[in-house]
Amino acid sequence: MAVATAPKPWTPDQPIVQLIDVHKYFGALEVLKGVSFDVKKGEVICIIGPSGSGKSTLIRCINALVPVTSGTIRVEGIEVADPNLDKLALRRKVGMVFQQYNLFPHKTALQNVMMAPIHVLHQDKREVEERARALMKKVRLVGKEDSYPGELSGGQQQRVAIARSLAMRPDVMLFDEVTAALDPETVKEVLVTIRELAEDGMTCLLVTHEMNFARDVADHIYFTDRGVIVEHGPPATFFSDPSDPRTREFLSQVL
Amino acid sequence: MSTKDTQMGADAPLPVLLPFRIEPTRLGAPRLAPVHALLFGAGLALLAGSAWAQADNAQLPPLEVIVKWAPLLLSGFAFNILISMIAMAIGTGAGLGVGLGMISENPLLARVCWALTQFFRNAPWLVLLFFVMFLVPFQVTIFGVQIPLPDWVKATVGFSLPVMANVAEIVRGAVRSVPSTQWEAAESLAFTPRQTMWRIILPQCVKRMLPPWMNLYSLVTMATVQASIVGVSEMLTLTAQVHTAEGGRPELFAPLYGFALFCFFLYCYPIDRFTARLERRFHIR
Repeated sequence: MAVATAPKPWTPDQPIVQLIDVHKYFGALEVLKGVSFDVKKGEVICIIGPSGSGKSTLIRCINALVPVTSGTIRVEGIEVADPNLDKLALRRKVGMVFQQYNLFPHKTALQNVMMAPIHVLHQDKREVEERARALMKKVRLVGKEDSYPGELSGGQQQRVAIARSLAMRPDVMLFDEVTAALDPETVKEVLVTIRELAEDGMTCLLVTHEMNFARDVADHIYFTDRGVIVEHGPPATFFSDPSDPRTREFLSQVL
Repeated sequence: MSTKDTQMGADAPLPVLLPFRIEPTRLGAPRLAPVHALLFGAGLALLAGSAWAQADNAQLPPLEVIVKWAPLLLSGFAFNILISMIAMAIGTGAGLGVGLGMISENPLLARVCWALTQFFRNAPWLVLLFFVMFLVPFQVTIFGVQIPLPDWVKATVGFSLPVMANVAEIVRGAVRSVPSTQWEAAESLAFTPRQTMWRIILPQCVKRMLPPWMNLYSLVTMATVQASIVGVSEMLTLTAQVHTAEGGRPELFAPLYGFALFCFFLYCYPIDRFTARLERRFHIR
C-alpha cells in the first residue's frame, strides 16, 4: 500500500512547495478558489493582499493546520491533502511562526526552543541545548535564555518563536503576519532576523503587510484577493508596474 | 471607593481602556488571626466551666475530660484526615482521567465521562456514601485471596466518587481555558496530541486548577464526618462514644463537640487562606 502510493523521491531541482488548484471552504464560504503556485528551494515568497483574502488560510494549508477541501499540495513530494498524510513527517519539514508568537508560557525561552527536538525528534539533550544556545545567539537573544515568555517584549518573544521553529531544522519556514502584533520599533528586529534567514538560503513563505520588507527580501510576490491570486511577479515589476486594477488600488492604499 | 477612583484617574490617563475587573469584596476585615482561635478556645472553656459549675463536683471538669480523651479524639481526627487524603488522591487520579475523557475526540468516551461527571456531581455525598457502604461487600476474593474491605475503606471510596466528578469538571474547565493557539503551536512543531496534552497543556493547567482543587480538599475533609453515620470510627463517632463513656452528662456536650469543631477549623482555615492567596497571586500574573 505504502509502496504503491509512494511518490517519486523529491529532488532539489523540483519545486519544494507546490500548490495546484487548491480550494478551501469554511462551511458554504469559499475562502480559497483555486490557488496554484510553485516555490523553489531557497526562494523567498511574500503573499500580500487585503484582509480576508485567504492569505492566512493559504499558508496554514501548507502544514496541514487547515485541511484543504480539494486540490493538491506537495511539500518535498509529501502529499499534504492525502487523508493518510503523516502530519508529523510533514511538520518536521515545515516550520511555522504565528502572529501571536504562541510561546509556551510555562517554559523558559531556551526550554521553548529545546522542547520539540528533544520530545519529538528524540535528539540528545546536550546536543540540542548547544544548538538552542546557538539559535538564541542567532536571533540576538543571548542572556534571555532563562527568561519566561511573559518577561520578554513582543519582538523578543517572536524571535524566540523563530528560534523554536528553526530548532527542528525545517526545510521551509512559514511566517503568518509575524510582525502584525508588534510595536513599530520592534518590527525591525524581527524583520532583520527573517532577512538573515532568507540570506542563509532558507525557503520562506511570508504573509505580510510590510511592503517595503517584501520589496527588499522577496524573490516573488503573490497578491491575493477574495481567494484567488490576482497577480504575481518579482518585486521590481510587481511594485513598479502592477497590471491588475485591484493590485493597483491595494498598493495605492498601503504604499 | 472615591479615593480609589481618583487614584485610578491619576495613574491611568484613560481608565476607560483598562480591562474591566470585579473588585474582590472584603466584608470589613474578616481575617482570622491566632488570637481568634485563642478567644474561641477561651469561650469554650468558659462555657464548659460554667456548665461544670452547675454539675456534681465528684465528676471530672469538662476541660479535664477533653484533656483525658484528647489522644483518642485526635487519633480519630487523624483518621478523618487520612480518609480525606486517600479519597482526594483516588478522586484526583480518576477525575483527571474522566476530565480528559470528557474532552476526548472519541464521542462515546466523551459522552460516558460527561454522564459520569454529571451524575456524581449532582448527587448528595451522603447518599453516595450509603450507596457504596451497602453495595460493596465487606470482603472480595481475588484469585483465591480474600481481601477484607473495612468500613473506612468503603467510606473512602464513597467520598472519592464526588471528588472524581468535581476534579473532572475542574480539569475540563482548565484545559478548555488554555487558548487554542497553544495547540496550534504544538501541532506545527510536530507534537502528537498526547504529547501536547501532557507536556504543554496540562502543565499550564496546574496553576489554574490548584485553587479550586484545594477548595475541594477542604470540603472533603469537612465531609468526612459523615462517615460517622455509617459507623466508621472517625472523630465524630469517637466524640459521641466519649460522651457516652463519661455518662452522657449534658454539660459535656458543648465542650466535646466544640473540640471537634475546633480541630476541623484549625485544619481547614489555613488551607482556605492559602487558597485565597494563590488565587490572588495567579490573578495578577
